[in-house]
Amino acid sequence: MDIQEIQEEIVDEFSMFDDWMQRYEYMIELGKSLPLIEEQYKTDDNLIKGCQSKVWVHAELDGDRLVFTADSDAIITKGIIAILIRAFSNQKPKDIIDADTAFIDEIGLKEHLSPTRANGLVSMIKQLKLYAVAYQTQLN
Amino acid sequence: MTDKSILANKFDVDAIRKDFPILNREVNGQHLVYLDNAATSQTPQQVIDVIVDYYHRYNANIHRGVHTLSQEATDAYEVARQKIQKHFNIAHSYEVIFTSGTTHGINLVATGFTSFLKKGDEIMVSAMEHHSNIVPWQMLCERTGATLKVIPMNLNGELIMEEYHKLLNDRTKLVFCNHVSNALGTVNPIEEIIDAAHKVGAAVLIDGAQAAAHIKPDLQALDVDFYTVSAHKMCGPTGVGILYGKEEWLNKLPPYQGGGEMIAEVTFEKTTYADLPHKFEAGTPNICGGIAFGAALDYMNHIGFEAIAQYEEELMQYATEQLLTIEGLQIYGTAKHKTSVISFNIDGVHPYDIGTILDKLGIAVRTGHHCAQPIMDFYKIPGTVRASFSFYNTQEEVNKLVEGVKRARNMLL
Repeated sequence: MDIQEIQEEIVDEFSMFDDWMQRYEYMIELGKSLPLIEEQYKTDDNLIKGCQSKVWVHAELDGDRLVFTADSDAIITKGIIAILIRAFSNQKPKDIIDADTAFIDEIGLKEHLSPTRANGLVSMIKQLKLYAVAYQTQLN
Repeated sequence: MTDKSILANKFDVDAIRKDFPILNREVNGQHLVYLDNAATSQTPQQVIDVIVDYYHRYNANIHRGVHTLSQEATDAYEVARQKIQKHFNIAHSYEVIFTSGTTHGINLVATGFTSFLKKGDEIMVSAMEHHSNIVPWQMLCERTGATLKVIPMNLNGELIMEEYHKLLNDRTKLVFCNHVSNALGTVNPIEEIIDAAHKVGAAVLIDGAQAAAHIKPDLQALDVDFYTVSAHKMCGPTGVGILYGKEEWLNKLPPYQGGGEMIAEVTFEKTTYADLPHKFEAGTPNICGGIAFGAALDYMNHIGFEAIAQYEEELMQYATEQLLTIEGLQIYGTAKHKTSVISFNIDGVHPYDIGTILDKLGIAVRTGHHCAQPIMDFYKIPGTVRASFSFYNTQEEVNKLVEGVKRARNMLL
């Protein structure tokens, strides 16, 4: 599936929830269930410093696809990371560069991606795209 | 201000709440529970009216106009200065310097002391300072070669005064400490801190940002050299505050910023500076903010600081007891003397997650390191959830907080 299709799938899943409690409970479950990054990659170099929750991102190429792993010390942040990774990981760098993040708004999590919210997620998306730009250059 | 909103001799929180329009709003479909008062307090209608009236009737630049509006604005601004002088029991109104807030006041003093310090001198801060009362002094040390010493604290969040007395010596030139810790709520023994510093000839600056909404300090009795506050922590607007300085110190300190208003005479060869307080008030100040600060003090004094302190103490005790019934909840800052702040965590849960769920429930708290990273390092935690109370908060709101935290805990664990 391409990024667009995955995002539509996520929006579909979230449309089943009636209220914020269910959405958050789902995200918390995602955050709890997924081992998102190998311990060796939770280094200061991979750390994106938000004001409050820590976010780590690691990227590596698998053929022509870019694979992301990431983690956070806050569980709700980690749940959103799980959603972002699902949408952007294992995709071609060019597609990652071109992708937008409007689906986050559609699934009712817009407030987490406000640039003024100090949870590191905006920086994380920027970082995902920067990795994509760097690896795109390498592939060329 | 009208008397009708506050019943005489009785602390009527329901009547007081009617003065604060913002408390009626909803957040995420829930009735707002505002427990982030240590970050900023809300503004009563009486102060909002003063702000509106200023822009409706007499908005003008001050101290230099020949026209009526300018004279009215100048009079109102100087009356506000006198109200502040009276509130803090300051000897002279010209010892009240209007600033943009506490941080501005601290920087003014830190910059001014540059020429007074040399290598080998020592300045001292407490272990529970806000970054704004650490960084300016580190910068001062870099400029002068002076050394920064730290008064340590114990696990309850109290300064270890024996250590303080040991650290003081004839090289100590300045001591800085907050009156109340923003992260822990500890009320520090500033009388003892000031007296002991003076015995070795050191000056003392007290950061009153967190204290001034709860405690009415008598600055002459304290004999403090500098005391600085922000209006927005005490029902006033943001962007305005004051620095109190003893006349002798303010005369010694060089001007902080150059500009209009702070000069007596300017030629290209030499400028002579204006008298106090104008020497430190370069440029057009926050005129409306200063006037509104005076109105905020009127409002709080009308309720009465003793009544406020007593009510807030009871509310904090109640909140402490109720929060401690939650399994795995730990409170940071259990000093004997504390006020209106409860910093806490729940085992195994990140404070940011709790804050996020509480926000969904319409409850405003602060989460994070509260601009006091050294305290978080001391407790080896990433941050805390901080609920901070004001006299307009209620037991019912505390109950909502407790229910909210329980709900967050159930969701997150």
